[in-house]
This record gives sequence, structure tokens and C-alpha cells, in this order.
Amino acid sequence: MNLIPALLALRTKPRLYWPLIKSLQTGLLLSTGIAGYLSAHTPVRLPALAGLTLSLFLAISGSTILNMWYDRDLDAKMTRTHKRPAAAGLLGRSEVFRLGMVVSILGVGGAVALAPQYGLVVFAGLFFDIVVYTLWLKRRSCWSIVWGGVSGGMPILAGRVLAVGRLDLIGVLLTLAILFWIPTHTLTFSIKFDEDYRAAGIPTFPSTYGLVFTRTTIAVSTVLAALAIGWAGILIGIQAGFLRLLAVLASGLLLISFASVTRPSERANFALFRYASFYMLASMVLLSMGRLL
Amino acid sequence: MKMTALDRVLVLLTGLLAAYQIAIGIDRMGTLPIIAYTVAFGVLLVAGLLLIILGFEALDSPVVVIISTIIPLSLSLGLVWEYLAAYRSLYLAFALLGFLAVVLTRSLPLKNKLPVAVVTAVHGLSGLTIFLLPLLWALDGRAAPAFALVGVGGALIGVGGILLVLLKTGKPVLSRQTLYQIFPGLLLLMTVAFVAGFKFG
Repeated sequence: MNLIPALLALRTKPRLYWPLIKSLQTGLLLSTGIAGYLSAHTPVRLPALAGLTLSLFLAISGSTILNMWYDRDLDAKMTRTHKRPAAAGLLGRSEVFRLGMVVSILGVGGAVALAPQYGLVVFAGLFFDIVVYTLWLKRRSCWSIVWGGVSGGMPILAGRVLAVGRLDLIGVLLTLAILFWIPTHTLTFSIKFDEDYRAAGIPTFPSTYGLVFTRTTIAVSTVLAALAIGWAGILIGIQAGFLRLLAVLASGLLLISFASVTRPSERANFALFRYASFYMLASMVLLSMGRLL
Repeated sequence: MKMTALDRVLVLLTGLLAAYQIAIGIDRMGTLPIIAYTVAFGVLLVAGLLLIILGFEALDSPVVVIISTIIPLSLSLGLVWEYLAAYRSLYLAFALLGFLAVVLTRSLPLKNKLPVAVVTAVHGLSGLTIFLLPLLWALDGRAAPAFALVGVGGALIGVGGILLVLLKTGKPVLSRQTLYQIFPGLLLLMTVAFVAGFKFG
């Protein structure tokens, strides 16, 4: 009797679960983890690389699902997010929580099984994202994005730690690069969807300090991110040509962020948001491959 | 005018070729040519990415005239530095002063014909250098025949640059729509010619 509903659920659930993990954001963070691993240029161990990919994917997805679970009331108030399955009530609260917990535990458990130090860093990323950022600070302070940034920097650090077996300067620089890049991403987003965030009562830089300060913060953090990636690239020893390419892409990012301060517009903000994502992805590829080619 | 998927693919290929040239194609050259070519292909790469992100609206920005001057100026500077050693300092001075003149005349509220004259002169001379120098060097055997492709790229960038500048300065030869239709293809052809010319020349 219950077979048909069960079969229907099997078909519809994955379609509802998939948006919970924010596939683009998860993919970008996962790519930083893989880049962190490959940046060591040690002989690639395929089982380790596969384990890293799977455990990081699960841990990042798990923390994103738990974030969706906790913030569903905020998401429901925002035009941009109100159709998300948890916010729209298409999935039950406890179902999303259970799913997030299971996926997170599988991810962190897999990471610990792969290498304890690596597992610790993956757990730290989850802890900063869920406990510090989502549960504690997101509704209280616009500075919560710093902790969101620290959490976002953990995948690349985890990948590096798995490859070299310890915490090193390059790993710290790569983490700082992500930490400083994240404001470029999130603050341009909070400018674009300022009304949404105000409607949900989430404190953001634009609503707390105004647009000028926010754009200046973006520009400064962009400079710091570019410097950290460049320094890491030099220490990794990527070829001169790839360093040149990295410098060119960073210059583009700096020019757009400078333009968004001096000639602010929605178009400049949108260009900065998109370019920053491309820049990060391209940087990860260059750091991974720059010594091999 | 909306950018089609094909336009975006053509611009993306242009960007990838420019990235290849920066990372690999100019490795064995002197310091100044490397800087000059990195600037030229770097501007091409970043401009291509902005075109993909913003569409043809990106070309409406007033800074396009300035940006489009950087490419021929820095390419021609690299060529002169490599192949016309006697004119290095002179051309470096021309490139710097020419760029400064374009920036100033585009930034100041001038009502006369000076801005158009300056940008035409700077574009014209640098475009001619990129067009003629590789052709002459290939023809008289001082470089491999394929080096002439750089000259072909120079001709294309000259045509594209002048058409764009004339459109931006209100004296269009082609309509905006026609120019935007051919622009991605023109960019790619130009970049292919440059990359092939430098690689095989």
C-alpha cells in the first residue's frame, strides 16, 4: 500500500535535497580543498585524493544543510531564498536537521579516518560555520562574515594538511587568501540584496556601516587576498608564466574593486561578484598546476 | 544588443589564448617585452572576462577608449624593443606619452577635435608598427614566414580598434549592431594570429 508514495518520494527527494547543498558554492569550496592538496606537488595518491574529495564534499554539504535548517526562518523572509526547500516548507524541519547531521558526520568521520590531522581541520571548518557563524553570530553582528571566512578557508587548509602532513606557512597563506577573498564575495552579495537582508533583520556591512565603508572593505580585502595568493604561489614555486597570469588576474580584480569604490554602480558590483568567483577558481587551478606544466 | 552563446564562446576562447600567451608563449623573451606582452594580453584577457560577465554593455563604458589603446601600444612596444633596438628609448617615450595623452584628452572636458586626433594618432602609429614590422621582417628573411601572422593580427587590431574608437567618439563607420556582431570573431581571429605568429615566427 505504501509502495507508491515511497517510490514517489525516492524520485522527488533528491530534487529537494540537491538545492540544500548550494552546489556552486560547495563546488567552489571543494575545488579549493583539492587545490590545497595538489599545491604540495607531492606524488598524488589517488585513494587519498578520492577520500579528500568525498569527505570534503560531505562535510561542506553537511554544514550547508545545517545552515539551511537553522536559517529557514530568515530564508523565508528573503525574496532571493524564500523558495529554498527548507524555507518553503517542502521539507520538514527535523528531516533537514537529520540529513545535515548524517551528511556532516559521514564527512567528518571519513576525514578523520583518512588522516586525524586532516579530520581535525575539516571538523574546525564545520564548527566555525555552524556553531560560531550560523548559531552564534550571524543574527547578532555583521562581523560574523569573518568567521564565515575562517570556515571557508578550512577546506584549502585541510587539503594542504592532508598532502604535507602538517600545518605550514603556505597552508596559512592559502587560508588567509580565502579568508580575505570571502568578503569580496559576500559583501558584494549583501550590497546587491541589501533589501532582502534588511527584511530578514540580518546585520550586514551595508546596513551597519553604509555602502562607502563596505566597498572600501571589499577593496582592501581584495588586495590582501591577492597578496596572500601571490605569496603562496611564490613559496609553492609555480612557474614564472603562471605567476604572471596570476598577477594579471589579480590586477583585474583590483581594478574592478577600485572601480566599484570610485564609480559605484550595480553593474560594477555585479562584475566584481562574478569576477571574484572566476578569479578564485582560476587561482586554484594555477596553484595546483603551476609547477607541473 | 544581447550577447549570444556563440559570442561568449568566441570571447572565452580569446581569453584562453591570451592566458596561454601570458603563461607560456612569451617565456624566452627579454624583461621589457615580457612586461609589454603581459600587459597587452592581460588587458585582452581581463576585458574578455568582463565582456562575458557584462555583455556588450561593457563596451559602453567611457574607459573603453583608454583600455583599447593599451593593447596596441604595449604590443608594438614589445616588438620594437625586440626587433628595432635603435628605437627602443624613442618608442618607449612615445608609448608612455601617447598613453598619457589619450588618458588626459579623454578625462578632460575638451570640446574640440583634439581627443579624436590624439587617439587616432596613437592607435594609428602603434597599429602600423604591429602591422608592418612583422611583415617586413618575415619578407626579408630576418624572421620565420609565420611571424607575418603577428602583422595580420596587427591589421585586425587596427581595424577593430579604430572602428570601436570611432563608434565611441560619435563618428561610426559601422553601426553599433554590426560592429558588435563581428567583434567577438574579430577578437578571436586577432588573438589566434598573434599567438600563432609568436609561436611559429
